[in-house]
Amino acid sequence: MTLKNPEYDFKWCPGCGDFGVRRGLENALEKYLAETEQPTENTVVVAGIGCSGNMVHMLEKEQPFGIHGIHGRSLPISMGIKMGNPDLNVIVVAGDGDFLGIGAEHIAPQAMRNLNITAVVMDNGVYGLTKGQSSPTTDLGVITSSTPYGKMEEKVHPLRNYLTMGVSFIGSTISNKVKDMSDMMYEAMSHPGFSIVHVQSPCTEYNNTYEALKGSVKKGIEPLAYDIPEGHDPSDAEAAQEVVNADGIPLGVIFRDTSRPTFDQRVKDTTGSKEMKSVESLIEGFSI
Amino acid sequence: MKKQDFVVRFAGEGGQGVVTSAEGLAQAMAQSGYHVQTFSTFPSQIRGGPTWTQTRIATETVLSPGDELDVLVAFNEYAYENHKDDVAADGVIVYNQGEFEIDASDNVLGMDFDELAKQTGNNRAANFVVMGALAQLVELPLKVLEDFNRERYTRGRPSDQQIIDSNNMALSLGSVEADKSGLVLGEIAEAVKPEGEQILVNGNIAISLGATAAGLDTFVGYPISPATPILLWMEQNLVGEGKFVYQSTSEIESITSIVGAGFAGKKAMTSTAGPGFSLMGEGLGLAWMAEIPLVVVNVQRGGPSTGLPTKTEQSDLLTALYPGHGDIKLPVIAPGTVEECFYAGIMAVNWAERYQGPVVLLSEHAMSERRQNIPRPDMSKVEIEKRKTYEGSNGYLRYDGFELSPMPIPGGSGAYIANGSEHDAMGDTTHLPARHIQMTERRFSKLNLLNDGNFESENESAKVALVPWGGSKGSVLAAYNQLVNEGLDLAWYYSMYVHPMPEGMLAALREKDLVIVPELNYMGQFASVLRSEGIKAVAITQYTGLPFKVGELATRVKDLVSNSVAEGVSV
Repeated sequence: MTLKNPEYDFKWCPGCGDFGVRRGLENALEKYLAETEQPTENTVVVAGIGCSGNMVHMLEKEQPFGIHGIHGRSLPISMGIKMGNPDLNVIVVAGDGDFLGIGAEHIAPQAMRNLNITAVVMDNGVYGLTKGQSSPTTDLGVITSSTPYGKMEEKVHPLRNYLTMGVSFIGSTISNKVKDMSDMMYEAMSHPGFSIVHVQSPCTEYNNTYEALKGSVKKGIEPLAYDIPEGHDPSDAEAAQEVVNADGIPLGVIFRDTSRPTFDQRVKDTTGSKEMKSVESLIEGFSI
Repeated sequence: MKKQDFVVRFAGEGGQGVVTSAEGLAQAMAQSGYHVQTFSTFPSQIRGGPTWTQTRIATETVLSPGDELDVLVAFNEYAYENHKDDVAADGVIVYNQGEFEIDASDNVLGMDFDELAKQTGNNRAANFVVMGALAQLVELPLKVLEDFNRERYTRGRPSDQQIIDSNNMALSLGSVEADKSGLVLGEIAEAVKPEGEQILVNGNIAISLGATAAGLDTFVGYPISPATPILLWMEQNLVGEGKFVYQSTSEIESITSIVGAGFAGKKAMTSTAGPGFSLMGEGLGLAWMAEIPLVVVNVQRGGPSTGLPTKTEQSDLLTALYPGHGDIKLPVIAPGTVEECFYAGIMAVNWAERYQGPVVLLSEHAMSERRQNIPRPDMSKVEIEKRKTYEGSNGYLRYDGFELSPMPIPGGSGAYIANGSEHDAMGDTTHLPARHIQMTERRFSKLNLLNDGNFESENESAKVALVPWGGSKGSVLAAYNQLVNEGLDLAWYYSMYVHPMPEGMLAALREKDLVIVPELNYMGQFASVLRSEGIKAVAITQYTGLPFKVGELATRVKDLVSNSVAEGVSV
């Protein structure tokens, strides 16, 4: 949606982290398209369902192609697009419920294929659009509308999971650091393989974690989020493992492996290099 | 009079060569100009378990697997006990004496299949021992089978000659055994070579060839009986630059990834069966809503749930029409013969491209395993369609108006959002009543573009019509021919285009006093669809996991007609 569209009435709440993510994504995309000399229409934004998925309608600059699909299935949809036309720049925008809950089964297969797309995951630890139910990244014991006596399962550790599953680029960032986030997204788009930028994007309405993430000197709250120390080598898998094992929310590029071929390259080298028989000769094979 | 028609059933344990015997015989007979059709049924397990395959050989096009057996080849006692009642009064039972004994009688031929094979020096020649015996029973020159043997095993390997020699020896050993028994079924009439070139394929392969001929680019599928052979065929053959074929991790991944491929401008397909089709419901709804072309092949099996994975049924019609929630009714093409499977593969892709939405191709287990000679498709007569694409400048309103509009393709101009939420002309989400009205009517109006299906009709003036659908067509046609020969005034209507059904056929059926729909399900699904179109349809149902037997069906049709006459329907 490049122009103000009077029919489109969806709004993010004031202070929503997704505003910052939008700015970061727009800046990264602009830079990436300029650097690679691609027109905007070479980009497809694949959205899941939830507040985050509305990103595809909220982009304010030149309009890329978009698909606003069904809950949890943005990754396989993106696979069909990318493998249909590997020249396209494909970006998934999803939330923690969409990506880590209903859609969790789709992460590991794409990691093993090294599908060359970028997923931006907006993690607010809650189901916002359906008004405040617990999500996979909600902490144990937290009271939400769907856990009136406290959440009974431990929270998912997305960064650990991504690393274990073999995602070849893993970045962690926070929605208020637009410049850092934008740089990371640009790096992710440039990465040859499956890249995930996991963004802490707080929900001011149901799970306002700004204070917990950033800390408060006045209230004596230690920040959960911290910058990964300079000198961390993202190509070192063991170092990356240490980062994701530590408590808190690390900010920065955690892991990057550029040694693996992308999925489209694998296909090109395997079946793509074969010559297909004509339909006539395929039929001929059954002649009697 | 010579025999015009010959039905042989091979029954035994999975892994005993039951299927290879039947298919080898079919191949050999087809090569010498006979018409053939096979039918298989087996349990859902890798090895072992009771398996049987039937081959019908005739001098004219074969319509059904055959009700009664001229020969039962029993590889073990269980097979003999379970199938002996299907043998015709003048039929013969050939059994493996190495496995069990039955009392000698007029129509029984015992041979030790394996011992005879051993004598040839090739333990795997038992199939040829059996075929040799069969040839003798119908006085078929052994040369027909020897020619097939030579062609089949000339593969450029050092062992070829040895195998060919031992198989030929097996043929003559089997033939001698049958000769010694003195049993004769009657000489089979000489083949009348069908006009034009023929190919021998099963339903799954015919669908795969058709879709490939239609220009398929992308295929993503998940293994499931009885649709897996389509996935395997695509993996093997749909290769080269720009093609993408892949085994997914679930049917949800299959359908959503072909939604992506269709959106990206590709001709995309998946194949599945009942349980997988259920999982695809939401993805099909998205394709309908966002107007994305794609094809889903559903090779029906017995349901619900895991049901009967390796048996046949026609019980997915309603879910094929209405796979998702909300206002949705998908185009459905249900081929009735192996030949129609090829053209259904083409038309499903053409329809998807033309109306920019999902199309369901409904086959079934019996068709997937049915190997039959069909006229070689003439590619020069095949019309391949491509969607209308948008070529203008940016700022395009992709979903403007109440009718189909050109589709922008990512990478080109006219960027828009393909949206599964109700949307405005740009593809942005909206809840305005006027938009929901417009878009709902737009989606349904596109079905009008698919009114080009043809249909068959016979004896149109009769007030009672027999109207099969899908894979039951052949058996129902055989029953129809029998009933008409007996003097029943019965009309015949058939189309593989189940939805939208040809207008002319619907109009004709609305004029009938009674429309009889034989179908393989409990609910009478197609009959209920016809009733919703204002047609007086009554189903004859069967839910055994097996196809109709022609004789039984003819009797049921006759009974239904006479009961209806008693109730006042004029015939």
